[in-house]
Amino acid sequence: MNYFPDEVLEHVFDYVTSHRDRNAVSLVCKSWYRVERCSRQRVFIGNCYSISPERVIQRFPGLKSLTLKGKPHFADFNLVPHEWGGYVSPWIEALAKSRVGLEELKLKRMVVSDDSLELLSYSFPNFKSLVLVSCEGFTTDGLAAIAANCRLLRDLDLQENEIDDHRGQWLNCFPDSCTSLVSLNIACLKGDINLGALERLVARSPNLKSLKLNRAVPLDTLQRILMRTPQLTDLGTGSFVDEPDSEAYFKLKHTISKCRSITSLCGFLEVSPHCLPAVYPLCSNLTSLNLSYAVGLQGSDLMKLIRHCVKLQRLWILDSIGDDGLCVVACTCKDLQELRVFPSLPFEAGPSPVTERGLVAISVGCPKLHSLLYFCQQMTNAALITVAKNCPNFIRFRLCTLDPTKPDADTMQPLDEGFGAIVQSCRRLRRLSMSGLLTDRVFLYIGMYAEQLEMLSVAFAGESDKGMLYVLNGCKKIRKLEIRDSPFGNMALLNDVGKYETMRSLWMSSCEVTLGACKTLARKMPRLNVEIMNENEVEFNLDDAQKVDRMYLYRSLTGKRKDAPDFVWTL
Amino acid sequence: MEVIGLKKEKMGFEETELRLGLPGAEAARKRGFCETETTEDNKNGTVDLMLNLSSSKEADHSTDKPKEKTLLPADPAKPPAKAQVVGWPPVRSFRKNMLAQKKSGEESDQKSSPNGSFVKVSMDGAPYLRKVDLKMYKSYQDFSDALGNMFSSFTIGNCGSQGLKDFMNESKLMDLLNSSDYVPTYEDKDGDWMLVGDVPWEMFVESCKRLRIMKGKEAIGLAPRAMEKVKNRS
Repeated sequence: MNYFPDEVLEHVFDYVTSHRDRNAVSLVCKSWYRVERCSRQRVFIGNCYSISPERVIQRFPGLKSLTLKGKPHFADFNLVPHEWGGYVSPWIEALAKSRVGLEELKLKRMVVSDDSLELLSYSFPNFKSLVLVSCEGFTTDGLAAIAANCRLLRDLDLQENEIDDHRGQWLNCFPDSCTSLVSLNIACLKGDINLGALERLVARSPNLKSLKLNRAVPLDTLQRILMRTPQLTDLGTGSFVDEPDSEAYFKLKHTISKCRSITSLCGFLEVSPHCLPAVYPLCSNLTSLNLSYAVGLQGSDLMKLIRHCVKLQRLWILDSIGDDGLCVVACTCKDLQELRVFPSLPFEAGPSPVTERGLVAISVGCPKLHSLLYFCQQMTNAALITVAKNCPNFIRFRLCTLDPTKPDADTMQPLDEGFGAIVQSCRRLRRLSMSGLLTDRVFLYIGMYAEQLEMLSVAFAGESDKGMLYVLNGCKKIRKLEIRDSPFGNMALLNDVGKYETMRSLWMSSCEVTLGACKTLARKMPRLNVEIMNENEVEFNLDDAQKVDRMYLYRSLTGKRKDAPDFVWTL
Repeated sequence: MEVIGLKKEKMGFEETELRLGLPGAEAARKRGFCETETTEDNKNGTVDLMLNLSSSKEADHSTDKPKEKTLLPADPAKPPAKAQVVGWPPVRSFRKNMLAQKKSGEESDQKSSPNGSFVKVSMDGAPYLRKVDLKMYKSYQDFSDALGNMFSSFTIGNCGSQGLKDFMNESKLMDLLNSSDYVPTYEDKDGDWMLVGDVPWEMFVESCKRLRIMKGKEAIGLAPRAMEKVKNRS
């Protein structure tokens, strides 16, 4: 084998950017491992409990950008008890003690404290980018520390976090010398903010490209901000409410028409339909539109807007758009790649205006579609088969019928054939989430055809252990499997215990798995953490035959975690 | 069942109802059970006892902690939705909470809501007026902070950032009025212009018709009248 000096290898490895490819590179031989680890700057840890921060730091001393994920996905839907874990503080403390020159931190579903944010803010002089998604545990005081101490802050992106809002003054903590902001997203803040401070901050940020405001920012402030930021490419409005004949609205229309760089639009956290025409001039340039929080808009308002959006590639919308509105999308948005249709009021008694008809229309009009999240009133096998034929490029396909076990609306049959068609046609499918009446058959299809499948979400589906076995045996690339309220039990769980070390995690709740089987699994596989969570029980009943409410298992190099609360028992 | 029972009670309810507060003061009417099912305090609306649909683990769900309970629609007049399941449909709690809040917020904003108390707020020197719903705030401090945030773009200094002074104290009052800080004043039901802060918050919300934030020096003329009114009341 030819000898290459380390510098050459390093240079070559610079072109290898994806995490997986770099991981593969590091396995080739010892010298490649060594060069790779020293030159690695970006590290992704999909489960913060799979490894200790100290080990990560030791292996990657050149670490600049870290992504961490904490709680299991089903925590989004209240299936994981509060205080389960996912604390970022040990990571930030370890990083602060080390020599790592951290510049970027991205966290998802983690618990973040104000103290951690403060420590972060003064430990890393080159810190540039903080992205928090679905996190909790901090207040605007923590944000104030970031604002005050991170001199080179470029991105502060807060997406759907639960933040305790101490109202208003943290924006004042950005020093006058802070002019480096490129991206600011405060849409999830619930309280008032100091509008003057916001305007002044924007005025001294010439590189600002992405700005997403919260509800407390009214229309007239938006107009004044847009006057200062003609270079903005990504805008999230706050409150979009005013009288149609007001001077502020008139000025806004004029200002917006000059913002020719905006390609991504979202927000409208409060909106009056009659104000919406102000954004029409932007529509023909938009590639991304997110109206999924715009409760004030009716289907007709949405249709009028979307007719102008010919270049749209990503659309997130509420089901108030209806099947007719989706037909308009299908006719207009020929480049559409990602569509998400959210339910407008999850618990409303009335039926959703979105059915299989809308999805079929989209599949006909938008053949480039590869990512779908679709909440609907009903679905049919025929529709899914048509969709599979029209859109063979799906990478992510998530369908949710509002009634989780609803059969085919026409034939009253299970939806096995429909989803089967999807997995058979979409050879590149990586993520699948199903609902409706489903038997073991759909799992047979998944095991047979879904060769690239990495993440599968199952709820109220299947008839026997066979279902789960089809998946575990057939899907070679499965990494995350999450199952709730399905009749899978010990036989399926214990059939191939080695499989779980090839996966990131397995979640099973309200299934047929017993405590005894979980113990057996834990005993056989010491490098898995098998966590049991039972409802309302701090003292675990030691009866092995008892069914387990929630089991979450994941591979880990650190063993049982020390921060588990009382209701979590690691076997 | 529950809903029918409620309706029966409601029929004779108004006649036998206890009313507290001054006659004609509608807002002081004691709230009955039905009215407590608003989304004001409990953003999630009424809580459902888990009657469940699918086979398996119902027993577990019925002992859920309050955080994990699922929700009935906020409007008790609609028939209760088919029994809901924890975590279904799978929508992030952040999104659920946002939509629930906004839905109730919009219902109260629409047309003239008897519960809203919108007044115009003008500030000397500012190019536009604002409208605020006084019922959104719990105290003078709350309100003062909000005004400060709203008008911060127009002031060089702070607007009432020190909070509202103790208006019972005449000398403090004179100091304030002699400064060039902005001072909030309001027009009450009698048409008189008063300094904000002399009456209890709830009474202020009832009697305030509009607000004007003026420079302290200009508000001096109000002080004697304000002090007189206060003396008459006590």
